[in-house]
Amino acid sequence: MAAWLGWVIESNWTDPFLFAVYSIVKPISGAAILVVMYGIVTQGNFDSALFPYIYLGNAFYIYVGAVMTGVSWAVVDDREHYKTLKYMYIAPIYIPLYLLGRGVARFITGSIAVFITLAAGILFLNVKINFAEVDWLLFFVTLILGVVMLALLGLLLAGITLTVARHEGFIGEATAGALYIFSGAVFPLDVLPEWIRPVGYFMPTTYWLELLRRSLVGNVAQAFPTLANFSNLEILGILLGLSLFFGAVSIWVFKVCDARARELGLIDRTTNY
Amino acid sequence: MSTSLAIETKDLGRIYKLRGSKKETRKELVALQDVNLTVERGELFGLLGPNGAGKTTLIKVLTTLLSPTSGWARVAGADVHAEPDLVRPRINMVSGGESSGYGLLTVRENLWMFSQFYGVPSKEANERIEALLEMVGMKDRIHTKSSDLSTGLRQKMNIVRGFLTDPEVLFLDEPTLGLDVGASRDVRKFIIEWLKADKERTLLLTTHYMVEADELCDRVAIINKGRVLACDTPSALKHRLQKDVLFEIQVSPLNGLNQQMLVDQPEVTKAAITETETGAKLSLGLVEESALARVINLFTQRDVKVMNLNKREPTLEDVFVDLVGRSMAEEESNERS
Ligand SMILES: Nc1ncnc2c1ncn2[C@@H]1O[C@H](COP(=O)(O)OP(=O)(O)O)[C@@H](O)[C@H]1O
Ligand SMILES: [Mg+2]
Repeated sequence: MAAWLGWVIESNWTDPFLFAVYSIVKPISGAAILVVMYGIVTQGNFDSALFPYIYLGNAFYIYVGAVMTGVSWAVVDDREHYKTLKYMYIAPIYIPLYLLGRGVARFITGSIAVFITLAAGILFLNVKINFAEVDWLLFFVTLILGVVMLALLGLLLAGITLTVARHEGFIGEATAGALYIFSGAVFPLDVLPEWIRPVGYFMPTTYWLELLRRSLVGNVAQAFPTLANFSNLEILGILLGLSLFFGAVSIWVFKVCDARARELGLIDRTTNY
Repeated sequence: MSTSLAIETKDLGRIYKLRGSKKETRKELVALQDVNLTVERGELFGLLGPNGAGKTTLIKVLTTLLSPTSGWARVAGADVHAEPDLVRPRINMVSGGESSGYGLLTVRENLWMFSQFYGVPSKEANERIEALLEMVGMKDRIHTKSSDLSTGLRQKMNIVRGFLTDPEVLFLDEPTLGLDVGASRDVRKFIIEWLKADKERTLLLTTHYMVEADELCDRVAIINKGRVLACDTPSALKHRLQKDVLFEIQVSPLNGLNQQMLVDQPEVTKAAITETETGAKLSLGLVEESALARVINLFTQRDVKVMNLNKREPTLEDVFVDLVGRSMAEEESNERS
């Protein structure tokens, strides 16, 4: 229900065509650019284990932009664009649940983009996935857990967005960009200087992407040393723990920001952007 | 604590901290100060004041959107700051002069969605939507995408959204702002009918249209610069001035004659000047009718010609002038400068 409402609102662009372009074509073209760059840097070595590592990491990272950034954008959208946030606010609903509903809707559009990206990789780009060896249970458990985790991270950003006076749209994008680097999405964490790696180890997205890769292409993922010492179950445990931790932090941060927004009168504030 | 009151405020205050570009330029703006109001259930209560008086701020505090910085307020029996979850199911709010809504959804979908947040059963919601749209004269637009509506119709849709959830206390912030004459009349008529249908319903509206407050409201609070200056029924408010005789005088350019000179006359109780294209319009309160002669004399000395003269009944505008010393329009232009 909340998801359906979220979906209708999410697709509520002046032009549905633009919406399709934005939510599907954009991530796919992002993947295409990555492939070209990879091709140039490695001189066409698509057989290396690094290629599926990068390709899958990037493909699933689409969810971060869709769900996490999407949830925080819902605040900007409703406040600035539709001018409905204050009416949502005075309604007897739990705002975080409504925002998470918006995240679920973004998950659906995101899935289309992820699916197309994966299909394109398998059909045209020689990304080898042996479907007989895929651990489907691990895959779906990880996927769902990850999406919930991303939606909760989005809630954290939504709270901050609520209290920030300017550049609020930037927060979601910037966080997504930072996570891209620190979560081992397109290169193993070992590439980063040692002192900064703990940031990556603290991010649930790191373990989420690793597990997704392992569930789809088991041995390829193990070729990289970052998390090789951990079993799938251990990583799942870490992911669950970090998700719970960040989830609790998010709900708390949202509550604090919410109170602060009421104090400062920011709930129906609009900038002229 | 009495729960029979729809709204109750005690020494309610709100200060905005303004952010200057430099630290030293930070200022505080007192938007509400020592507001003490009580509104009974079943009342149509009006907040009347010029732009910037603090009306919207008061509504935001009462609807749990904004925390007060001092005092407290209770709506439908619960504290708006400490117990917003008890207040929210019982209220709704509409701001006039803005077009909100999800553009790609139809009128019905937009309204239905909000009704779901309040747990109105779907079938009942649809019935209410049809009935309410009928009442505001836009039933034929039920399947129109809200982005295709004119601003006026979108505002009407927004007003319907407020009534749809059948709140115990409804807040309307300048409901007719920006609407044309016909639509404003529709809305006013609708407000009255809605209240009549259930004696427990309470409605608080803000306006800076004197006539609207006078025509609609059971009681009116006159608010200026964040303070409530008077609160009573429109007729009682006007009655205070009944001892004065009121004249509306259209004159040629004033040639230096100013408000102070008029007020300095012992028989003049109050004077408001509005500049017009051809000269000025004066609103004068005199202790007795015969004093008019001396005012005319003052005009003659300055070669100011009387073009039109009307004796009239007091309005809420006069009450405002009496309380503040200036007209609402003057108060607004003064605020801006
Ligand atoms: N968010 C805000 N931050 C700072 N000042 C504000 C804010 N909102 C309103 N004000 C100021 O508070 C005063 C009262 O505003 P408002 O309540 O909107 O008045 P009204 O609705 O009667 O026109 C005005 O001087 C206005 O400029
Ligand atoms: Mg206002």
